[in-house]
Amino acid sequence: MTTTAPRSFQEIILRLQAYWAAKGCAVLQPYDMEVGAGTFHPATTLRSLGSKPWAAAYVQPSRRPTDGRYGENPNRLQHYYQYQVLIKPSPPDMQDLYLGSLAAIGIDTSLHDVRFVEDDWESPTLGAWGLGWEVWCDGMEVSQFTYFQQVGGHDCKPVSGELTYGLERLAMYVLGIDHVMDMPFNDPQSPIPLTYGDIFRQTEQEYSRHNFDQADTDMLFQHFKDAEAECARILAADEVDKAGRRIIMAHPAYDQCIKASHLFNLLDARGVISVTERQAYIGRVRALAKQCADAFIMTPAGGSQPQEG
Amino acid sequence: MPDLLIELFSEEIPARMQARAREDLKKLVTDGLVEAGLTYGGAAAFSTPRRLTLAIEGLTAESAAVREERKGPSAAAPEAAIEGFLRSTGLTRDQLELRDDKKGQTFFAVITKPGRKAPAIIAEVLEATIRTFPWPKSMRWGNGSLRWVRPLHSILCILSDEAGAEVVPLTLDGINAGNQTWGHRFLSKGAITVSSFDDYAAKLKRAHVLLDSAEREAHIWADAGNLAFAAGLELVEDKGLLSEVAGLVEWPVVLLGQIGEDFLGLPPEVLQTSMREHQKFFSVKNPRTGRIEGFVTVANTKTADHGATILKGNQKVLSARLSDAKFFWENDLRTVSTVGLEGMAEGLKNVTFHNKLGSQADRIARIEALAREIAPLVGASPDLAAEAARVMKADLQSAMVGEFPELQGIMGGYYARAAGLPEPVALACKAHYQPLGPSDAVPSDPVSVAVALADKIDTLTGFWAIDEKPTGSKDPFALRRAVLGKARLDVENDLRVGINAVVVWAFGGLVRQWNATCNLFVQLEKRQDGFFTLDVTQEYPASLSAKCTDVIVARVTDAERMIAEKKWKIQYLADGKVRDFGIYTKPMSLVSPDLLTFFHDRLKVFLKDQGIRHDVIDACLAMPGNDDLTLLVKRAEALAAFLKTDDGGNLLQGFKRANNILTQAEAKDGVEYSYGADVKFAETGEERALFAALDAADAAIAPAMKAEDFATAMQAMASLRAPTDAFFTAVQVNADSPVVRRNRLNLLSRIRTLCLSVADLTKLDG
Repeated sequence: MTTTAPRSFQEIILRLQAYWAAKGCAVLQPYDMEVGAGTFHPATTLRSLGSKPWAAAYVQPSRRPTDGRYGENPNRLQHYYQYQVLIKPSPPDMQDLYLGSLAAIGIDTSLHDVRFVEDDWESPTLGAWGLGWEVWCDGMEVSQFTYFQQVGGHDCKPVSGELTYGLERLAMYVLGIDHVMDMPFNDPQSPIPLTYGDIFRQTEQEYSRHNFDQADTDMLFQHFKDAEAECARILAADEVDKAGRRIIMAHPAYDQCIKASHLFNLLDARGVISVTERQAYIGRVRALAKQCADAFIMTPAGGSQPQEG
Repeated sequence: MPDLLIELFSEEIPARMQARAREDLKKLVTDGLVEAGLTYGGAAAFSTPRRLTLAIEGLTAESAAVREERKGPSAAAPEAAIEGFLRSTGLTRDQLELRDDKKGQTFFAVITKPGRKAPAIIAEVLEATIRTFPWPKSMRWGNGSLRWVRPLHSILCILSDEAGAEVVPLTLDGINAGNQTWGHRFLSKGAITVSSFDDYAAKLKRAHVLLDSAEREAHIWADAGNLAFAAGLELVEDKGLLSEVAGLVEWPVVLLGQIGEDFLGLPPEVLQTSMREHQKFFSVKNPRTGRIEGFVTVANTKTADHGATILKGNQKVLSARLSDAKFFWENDLRTVSTVGLEGMAEGLKNVTFHNKLGSQADRIARIEALAREIAPLVGASPDLAAEAARVMKADLQSAMVGEFPELQGIMGGYYARAAGLPEPVALACKAHYQPLGPSDAVPSDPVSVAVALADKIDTLTGFWAIDEKPTGSKDPFALRRAVLGKARLDVENDLRVGINAVVVWAFGGLVRQWNATCNLFVQLEKRQDGFFTLDVTQEYPASLSAKCTDVIVARVTDAERMIAEKKWKIQYLADGKVRDFGIYTKPMSLVSPDLLTFFHDRLKVFLKDQGIRHDVIDACLAMPGNDDLTLLVKRAEALAAFLKTDDGGNLLQGFKRANNILTQAEAKDGVEYSYGADVKFAETGEERALFAALDAADAAIAPAMKAEDFATAMQAMASLRAPTDAFFTAVQVNADSPVVRRNRLNLLSRIRTLCLSVADLTKLDG
């Protein structure tokens, strides 16, 4: 397959969207909450659970407050984009599908060295792990490729195949850009060409300052506790609502888990969580994720058969 | 006889697991075939990132028939017994044979198991092998339940001989065994059909797969060396990396690149570590300057542009990585120049070493105090040792070590020199961790030795005090390594730092910190039905009750009341009050002997590896001063060498004989013969000669022992051999005359005393 080289960040995203749509994935939209990685989207975390087949692809804006560098570092950002694909059960040709997506964005394997290098994935906050690789293109990690084995403490049956592309890094490589802020966001030939920096340099500065110096830690601690309590409260509610319908609120509860996780990341960036406390906080988020997973598999989307009332 | 070829073709197998997997595949399959009655000529296993292959030569085509005969009950036996026999043999009554036996007519079962064809056996063995394969980590995929290291795509399994090849029928979770494989992921298209191992290896090579990892390693090493040489550079050897890289490629293509000018000022260890850990690059140095100036990367594919694009990409990634490293390096140097290394170490207050043993800063404070006390014993300046202790772990807070933990100590040395600290302090940053293993160097600079010892003794004493000793294979704090480290530091530097004394100092350091941070100390006695409170105090007691088995060290909100009431609630520890702290500790009186025993046990293992028998070590451990490891090892080495000589072996026999006679006589007479042998009661020349020999040996052994010159002492002991042998040949110890008998027993006791002054020879075997 010969393809012309993409010319902008957005073109790479659009090509990935088109590719995975053509391969039969539902192209979803980003989740509307602050998350640390595309894995946190319920379309991955929750949908990897239970027996129902699933195929989804989406861009997920992700936030890692500790990685903020005021827009100065060529590679590090506190807000960046991941492209996420989740297919359950993982198809036998998952690797070939993935390589096809690289070809679609202009990585020609007759010129480049693409390799699968062992990298097992584990998310202590999600109680999840899987085996797979980081994919190298000419020595650079361009994606994470994982076969989920466990999520929220549950064995994944069937197993989902997950792909995560670090979009900025991948695009910088494909476009030959050395500093992320210099990367063309839209077509450089457009009437109004915009670079990544035009869009994000100022926000990187603002959020870096906020995350490191200004975020109100007392409030964040309180919000963490609130989210934790709310998650538990939602899950403790009766399965049957006032009209007699059985509705388990796994997703609203999981929203609170996502919130707690992000609040923890902010507190971590503010440097107010000691090494020993860190483990305890991660454990608390994991406990929420596990409860949400427990709840999800009792829902129809989680594969539970409707019960006679 | 046919040959067997098996290939398990999968998605990429982690490089680090391949060598072990090759061995396991070979062993499991060949063991299984042999157990099922087949034999084979030879077997070899291979691996690439995508395949595990086993080739077996000269396999028998079928297993031999097995005839088994079993004797059953007599014909007259109760029906139930006969039924039981039928069940156990799986036969029917008419298949049994009746034969005459000693006890009359008896049932016999003759079971003939026919031989089985190889394919049936292979299918069974291979399926069992795949299902039980001992991968360090395995996974499921898709809808299946089969586990493999990564998804398994195909199984090639053929038996071949001159007549051709046949596929061994086998189906495993939807995978049918066949005679096909696939070549390189990008350089080859379509399936390849193979008919034998030679055909397979040759076709794979044409399909750009080098099957044998040894061949790939050799190819990489030769190409890399040549490329470096042509550029006037020299490859830095790295066997571990070579084997890893060979496990990442099927078709190695070696590329040489240069490190950007900007980064050549970084310490070589930083360049090497960054390139190795992140990029799996080999380092290439300039032989004239010794500087690392280039790298070798190994691609898994050949390209039309001869790797130009690949090399450019790799170079770019390296630059990004090294920019990070350079940023860390410059940042760290800035920190050091503004706040010094001690300033850098400040943050260690917030780093927990162990939740019961405090922060890294607490630990450093203890090590500093201990290093001061040890310093004079090892010829180091106490002030320098203390300074070294304060800064030697500072680099744990540096950005560089945060990124590359394996550079701990090495960066500390660079930063200490940058801060203008004395060279012995800079050396100690790395050396205090040493020796890291049996082959690692042992520090010899006195300051390094002092802090290296202090570090290890503090760790050991601390973990013994909180009763967290290594168990089985679990030793997360590398306490066994610390013990061996202490032993090697002592022996190789000829130090005399007795364990008991330093453990007392180290324990004192713990107590000082507990007193500073805690306000309640509860002495407990562990009894069968639980703990009994002996005393409750505000400070760690200067002397503990003799019955004390545990001390609770705690920080609580209402200590005064508990001290006044002399009562302590165990539940208090568990009620989760955040401000409170409480741990169980062991008293010094239990820590010290237990730790010494641990030292002795490890030392036995260590000396056994050096070829010194365990009974020889026991004979030395039984001597006084056994907490002095140098003395212990010297004595054991001398004794082992002595026992290997003829004189030594024979003297040991003489000693044992003397000791046996004495022990029997002492038991019979109820007295101890230990003194008063007098030459004037000697009746024979042999007796007088032994007296003379003992006098001479005494004169030689006493000063030698004082000088701890065990070899000379044992040499002197050896001179007793001839007179002792002669004595036993010529003289009857149990003489009729009680005076003569007593004198002879006392003479034997001189032999015993003399020998026992060197080592406890009663512990020796043989």
